Amino acid sequence: MPVSRLVGARVKRREDPRLVRGLAHYVDDIRLADTLHAAILRSPHAHAHIKSIRVEEASKVPGVVAVVTGRDVREKIGMVPVAAQNPTLRVPPHTVLAVDKVCFVGEGVAAVVARDRYAAQDALDLIQVDYEPLPVVSDPEKALDPASPVIHSEWPDNTAFRWGLKQGNLDRAFRDAHRIVKQRLVHQRLAPIAMEGRGVLARYLPGEEELTVWSSTQIPHLLKTQLSLMLRLPENRVRVIAPEVGGGFGSKLNVYAEEALVAYLSQKLNRPVKWIEERRENIQATIHGRGQVGEVEVAVKKDGTILGLRYRAIADIGAYHQLLTPGIPPLTGLMLSGAYKIPCISMEVTGVFTNKMSTDAYRGSGRPEATFVVERIMDRVAQELGIDPVKIRQKNFPQRKDFPFKTATGLVYDSGNYRAALNKALKLAGYERLRREQKRLRNQGTYLGIGLSTYVEISGMGPSSAMPAGGWESGTVRVEPTGKITVLTGTSPHGQGQETSFAQIVADELGVDLDDIKVIHGDTAVVTSGIGTFGSRATAVGGTAVVQAAVRVKEKARRIAANLLEVDPVDLVFSGGKFSVKGVPKKGVSIQEIALEAHLATRLPKRMEPGLSATAFFEPANFTFPFGTHICVVEVDPKNGGVAVKKYIAVDDCGKVINPLLVDGQIQGGIAQGLGQALFEEVMYDEEGQLLTGSLMDYALPKAEDLPRLELARTETPTPVNPLGVKGVGEAGTIGSTPAVVNAVIDALAPFGVVHIDMPLKPEKIWRLCQGKEATK
Amino acid sequence: MTATRRTTIRINGVSTTHEVEPRLLLVHYLRDVVGLTGTHIGCETSVCGACTVMLNGAAVKSCTVLTVQADGGEVLTIEGLAQGEELHPLQEAFWECHGLQCGYCTPGMILSAYQLLMRSPEPTEEEIRHGIEGNLCRCTGYQHIVDSVQHAARQMRSRR
Repeated sequence: MPVSRLVGARVKRREDPRLVRGLAHYVDDIRLADTLHAAILRSPHAHAHIKSIRVEEASKVPGVVAVVTGRDVREKIGMVPVAAQNPTLRVPPHTVLAVDKVCFVGEGVAAVVARDRYAAQDALDLIQVDYEPLPVVSDPEKALDPASPVIHSEWPDNTAFRWGLKQGNLDRAFRDAHRIVKQRLVHQRLAPIAMEGRGVLARYLPGEEELTVWSSTQIPHLLKTQLSLMLRLPENRVRVIAPEVGGGFGSKLNVYAEEALVAYLSQKLNRPVKWIEERRENIQATIHGRGQVGEVEVAVKKDGTILGLRYRAIADIGAYHQLLTPGIPPLTGLMLSGAYKIPCISMEVTGVFTNKMSTDAYRGSGRPEATFVVERIMDRVAQELGIDPVKIRQKNFPQRKDFPFKTATGLVYDSGNYRAALNKALKLAGYERLRREQKRLRNQGTYLGIGLSTYVEISGMGPSSAMPAGGWESGTVRVEPTGKITVLTGTSPHGQGQETSFAQIVADELGVDLDDIKVIHGDTAVVTSGIGTFGSRATAVGGTAVVQAAVRVKEKARRIAANLLEVDPVDLVFSGGKFSVKGVPKKGVSIQEIALEAHLATRLPKRMEPGLSATAFFEPANFTFPFGTHICVVEVDPKNGGVAVKKYIAVDDCGKVINPLLVDGQIQGGIAQGLGQALFEEVMYDEEGQLLTGSLMDYALPKAEDLPRLELARTETPTPVNPLGVKGVGEAGTIGSTPAVVNAVIDALAPFGVVHIDMPLKPEKIWRLCQGKEATK
Repeated sequence: MTATRRTTIRINGVSTTHEVEPRLLLVHYLRDVVGLTGTHIGCETSVCGACTVMLNGAAVKSCTVLTVQADGGEVLTIEGLAQGEELHPLQEAFWECHGLQCGYCTPGMILSAYQLLMRSPEPTEEEIRHGIEGNLCRCTGYQHIVDSVQHAARQMRSRR
């Protein structure tokens, strides 16, 4: 990299002017002439046979163009795909609309296509479905009970898959232990709630035999491939465009029934068809996150050294697999070493079918579960042994010399300095003072709690060998004849700001102004290849592809410049966007002048191809491992169970920082979601599989008033995995924060003998735990 | 099909008249009839605030206002906030302070903040957090939004 001007600088986002003026185009803002609107009838039952569906009345509603049922489309559209593999995997048929049976509340049963959304909605009300309700399995722990009804009768029970890992002599570790500490933990179901729900607009051109699908997705290229398979269309006739996307958090890292159904309907009706998800549908039928319950036990020495860790879990899959459903719990297993040296680790997880919406990737995807397991049990151990939670962590950290650090779970942590991040956070928090304050206040009947989380997470996904559908990324840098630069990336940002950060990277590499660069993403007809944005990978993998393309462009420009200036390429120096002859700074040509020559193609070196562009693919050799320390300080009121977050310190290390403004934004938003899990959020179904949190009136999303001002700081430990040295930052805040908040609340309640509370830490639960118990001082 | 009603609303300073169904929601009128798609829909239940617009000088959630209720009224949407190419100080501030990520909640958030600053030109952080409580953002954790509103408030005071 040349001397930086922009990389590392606080650069305002280039995407913002269109967004703050209301001029951006999300799917529903795209207007095509003659567009029809689709609405989907969804099952009110969690489990039922469909005895009959009558659509005659619905079809008569003025403006209705078509009504289709599962039976009408099952031969036309393939199954909703699952990409994550596992040898024990059971994959039930997952049609885009239910055919004979519904398996969760919200499963699509029929679709209406009409002139406008009001007419479509009117017609939905007139479809008559005769259901025969079946017994329901809602609780994942009961799903394996032989007495439970079996959801998919192809198999004898509700097991969806099994997965495990085991390394080291655990029997010996537990035999030799001074103490064994156990804890049962519940990672409740969460709803991702991107503020823009899902949406699909499809247009089929019968003459050109071309399908274009605009979808609010994080993975346009993967979706294109899957749609071509589901609709049996040649992939080179399918174009997917992710326009402006209003948040994803993993919920749009998927291939959904509606994407294929709407595309099929546009083809069948020869008209553009649009479907926009309502919030109620979004909570019913867009994937959920987490949904894991397990028991962790650790073997510890008297001095707090962890000898081994076992974790047995049940993963609540829902009724069907979505794209990555079975791939999420293994991520928990891989990260069970946390930020510690743990010589023996095992995990056994059973995925179980329940009559609920599928779980899949939600911000962190399996890693928040691992971090919660590890950070919660570290606090339990500290409490049992009477050691300060800081000391127990320091005791078990790998040291700087241990990196690259190989975990018992088989990962190799790229780089890290866990002690530095912890020390910085302790200093910022004034930890010792806080502990004294806590003691003083307890004597006055005020319950302060201090919670820590020294997390490490896995990001920068890649490498391909560890991914279900490729872990590489592509980047193209093209200098247009007028010298303007177009950057294409296979990542698909939806709020992360890579139109800015990738422009910063290219501007530095080619010595040009930011204003001369335009970053394009999300259109499979424009960006040749890509994987998408998820797993905190966009900058670490996609940004690297972009910088590599820029380097290639620069090398070609150097050879063109040498030819123009009649010198040897090695005699040129590059500075300020200009190649000049060593020692003769006035004799030079700019990238813009070179670009024109590259396109006029009359003065190029012999046998050189015209044009000035390059595409690079970057395949990372490893994941990256961001880390940090979060410290949360709460005050809990035992009289009403209320939790007030008084202070929140986050020291995060995401490797090199391209744009501190964007990194802060990612951390802050991530913490809000992690704190939401700890204190407020939970997707609740009752025993009959009815969704109790079906709107934003019932699902408690954090509001501005619920959150404290966060104090952020960083350490910077570059990764050797990519030349930018960046690790990724999209999920760190979510992964690191949840245990810090929970540990703080439990620490506050220590005088009441509380050792654990399941999330979310609602006032009611806290109040009940404190009832009738005297506080010990 | 129900009977329609002739409705006239002044939107961003321009008067529009249409025959509308009485059940047509204001947000659908703005987006689908008038073509102003900067106002978004996030929950259909008045909780998230993505659809916030100013109606007769007060911030309302246009997903639960009928178009006919706005008959004869004046609406300001995000598209009407800038003066030509010159952004409103709130728009400038959200840009300056990174008060948005995916941008979906932003138009509604800015209009709620607009009302807040009309009523209280010098709000404390607490007042801002309370003032935007009816607007949900899933990306930012609100901190940069609070900073943006404070920044805009300073700019607007210094211009007076």
